[in-house]
Amino acid sequence: MAKNYIKLDGTVCKGCRVCVEACPKQCIVISSEINKMGYQFAKFENPNCIGCGICFYVCPEPGTITVYKDEEEKK
Amino acid sequence: MKKLMKGNDAIVHGALLGGATHFFGYPITPASEIAQSGAYYFTKAGRTFLQAESELAAVNMILGSASAGARVMTASSSPGIALMGEGLSYLAGSNLPSVIVNIQRTGPGLGYIWPEQSDYNMVVKGGGNGIYKNIVLAPNSVQEMADFAYKAFELADKYRMTVMILSDAYIGQMMEPVSFPAKVLKSKRKDWSVYADAESRTNLISSIHMTKEALVDNVDNLLAKYKKLEEDIVEYEETSTDDAEHIVVAFGISSRVALTAIRTLRAQGIKIGLFRPKTLFPFPKKRLLEISKSLKSIISVELNEGQMADDIELAVQCSVPVKRLGWYGGVVPSVTELVDKIKKTI
Amino acid sequence: MIKHTKPNAFYDTFTRKGPGQKTTHYCPGCGHGTVHKLIAEAIDEMGIKDQVIFCNPVGCTTFLHYYFDTGHVQCPHGRAPAVATGIKRTLDDSIVISYQGDGDLAGIGMAEIVHAANRGENIAVFFVNNAIYGMTGGQMAPTTLIGQETKTTPFGRDATRDGYPIRMSELLNTLTAPVFIERCSVGNATSTLKTRKAIKKAISNQKNRKGFSFVEILSPCPINWKMNAIDSRKWLIENLEKFYEVKNFRDVDTGIKSHGRFPFLDDKELFELLEVSAANEKKAQKQLKKIGEHKVKIAGFGGQGIMSVGVLLANCGKTAEFNTTWLPSYGAEMRGGTAYASIVISDETIGSPVVDKPDVLIAMNAPSLETFENDVEKGGIIIVNSSIVPKKVTRKDVKAYYVPATEMANNLGLTAAAAVIILAFYAKLTGVFPVDVLKEVLPLSIKNKKYVEVNQRAVDAGETFFNEYKE
Repeated sequence: MAKNYIKLDGTVCKGCRVCVEACPKQCIVISSEINKMGYQFAKFENPNCIGCGICFYVCPEPGTITVYKDEEEKK
Repeated sequence: MKKLMKGNDAIVHGALLGGATHFFGYPITPASEIAQSGAYYFTKAGRTFLQAESELAAVNMILGSASAGARVMTASSSPGIALMGEGLSYLAGSNLPSVIVNIQRTGPGLGYIWPEQSDYNMVVKGGGNGIYKNIVLAPNSVQEMADFAYKAFELADKYRMTVMILSDAYIGQMMEPVSFPAKVLKSKRKDWSVYADAESRTNLISSIHMTKEALVDNVDNLLAKYKKLEEDIVEYEETSTDDAEHIVVAFGISSRVALTAIRTLRAQGIKIGLFRPKTLFPFPKKRLLEISKSLKSIISVELNEGQMADDIELAVQCSVPVKRLGWYGGVVPSVTELVDKIKKTI
Repeated sequence: MIKHTKPNAFYDTFTRKGPGQKTTHYCPGCGHGTVHKLIAEAIDEMGIKDQVIFCNPVGCTTFLHYYFDTGHVQCPHGRAPAVATGIKRTLDDSIVISYQGDGDLAGIGMAEIVHAANRGENIAVFFVNNAIYGMTGGQMAPTTLIGQETKTTPFGRDATRDGYPIRMSELLNTLTAPVFIERCSVGNATSTLKTRKAIKKAISNQKNRKGFSFVEILSPCPINWKMNAIDSRKWLIENLEKFYEVKNFRDVDTGIKSHGRFPFLDDKELFELLEVSAANEKKAQKQLKKIGEHKVKIAGFGGQGIMSVGVLLANCGKTAEFNTTWLPSYGAEMRGGTAYASIVISDETIGSPVVDKPDVLIAMNAPSLETFENDVEKGGIIIVNSSIVPKKVTRKDVKAYYVPATEMANNLGLTAAAAVIILAFYAKLTGVFPVDVLKEVLPLSIKNKKYVEVNQRAVDAGETFFNEYKE
């Protein structure tokens, strides 16, 4: 079974948590780290991602989230 | 063959031949014929006439159309021009070309529809917020209404500025025979405009700057442009000034009455001449200073309390007395009255 | 494969915001970024990046040019729909997007949005309604809810003091012209996806020349609402969406929007339309009769054709190659009382067009004679329409002539020709120009050709009357 995942660029995340709240599979969490802008940024963790794109649309930043479907995440 | 026409109609004829393609109008007496004539001729010529919901909307439509590279105009009268103040400032801040005709009427407030020249300060000094100027042309005949409208678009495009044609209810309403140039002028592609194509995609028309450096730069550029105008485009007309001991300075309708007045005075042996600025900004400062040296007095004749007289005083650096003869409230002096007043003044 | 990524309509790096910038200037959790993304996706999908021109409003989104790799015109507060009108009427093929907030669109810019919608301007307007002024720091907006606390409604919006929130979609839905009006929300993922659809529809309407499309988007402003991003979305759903119903109000296809253009005339056609010939003819100046400044005042009451006869006289002066001016009296006197036209004919440059001391007064009614008799130059002429002016000229230092013009005109069957009779009499009397000039000019200045013949007879009548005139 193909995997789905997102790339969430923590350096351009303002930590609003809207994606964390919106993800139907609870794949996103808030990191304990703080980025250069001073925000506790979101990070992608859970492997149950269905590639629905909800996080992409609710995220207020243009370039923070990229959604990959049917593709193995390259570590 | 010359065509007998109203000043207000001549504006539209001159503008179309000067390459105007867009007219966003709003009716107001005594400028309404310009919108009416525009509605007919611009539309029939396949250009665009649109009646806006207010002068404010009209000037903002101009902002849009000028941004898109068009030769665009509107016409109004004093209270309408005051309402356009916001747009005038934005046009200047954004370095946009436009042509705006002001057929002045009496004020303040609603005043009435008779002629006055009391928008001098508002228009010549800017009119809206911030440091900026308009090129101000002051026609005194129907021929000049056509001529100035014709060349205004070239000037506006060249300097990326608003050209204000500052006229009055008499010049707008009167008829005189007019001849027209043989060539229809055209707008060239402007490298700063937004044309909705790949080449112009990254262009930005804006008056907002987020650093002090950029704000200073913008105003410095404007000021340099205004300085250059004083070298480039100052225009005036002198009548019987060569041996004059006194000169009348007047523009627009006042200069017409003054012309007859100085002829009358000359016939009575008084050495008097007429100096008529055709550009109010830039003001013919240099020439006035030059000729002031041999004068006993300068008489500023205006349909206001003496607004241009302030600029004359600055120009001649108080080297000669500047007297003020002003009429307002719609009163245009008769030749007899003006002759009498001048005689008492000198 | 990549399913969703930063749309191409965004700049990769927001250099206009500052070097190396990748994030927006919006506060964390702000709805604008999401709306931007939806618009950018629509632009990508339709492949119209080069055609798009944004009208940047005043407010938090003044800086749209930081983000969208398109054309931009920054507008004064509230005027974006007027600016958009100017652009669209200039560039038919452009895609013009007016992006406005609630203060901008529903407050200061109410007139501009209503009239742009009413004209059916072929533009797309995206109205982001967050019920507060964001950029200025959280003051009341026209859309602020009753009871909502803002910096300028510190005790909550009170209808008796502040009025009620305005429902813009409903308001615009009363107009005939718009083709698409929808209120959307970015309160949650589902509504955001519906918003995405509406935005695309609005832009494609424009591309297909359908007309005016309006999408209102309820959007959170966490900072000014003093909530976190999550709570602000909940508040939006529980409060804003309750007052502002999320739904489509209109989606009609009224066909292609056309502004009724006439064909664009070329130079030659333009000269024809204006009825002017280019001034390339260099005709030798005819030796003019020395007449100095000849000043005429024609006065009467409205309906006597005073103004047009004045124009006729000025045209005769022009045709005889003199300089000439015509100045109407206008204003209150046009609506009753005496109307008059001042005409100056001269062999030199004309100074004042104002005739305060006429050489010739043509008095078509009694009040005119009373008003102007004393103004006439010494040695001047007064021509009186004796049919309706019973009074005689009392001055002895002027020459008076009495022409029963109205009666003569009635005999010709056209009362309005009275002034033409007097004009012919005047021409003979003064000799400023031959009567032939009047005959030549007359047909050109009468719009309705059926009156030409009777007016020609009026000229003859005036001429004959002069020839037989006994003082």
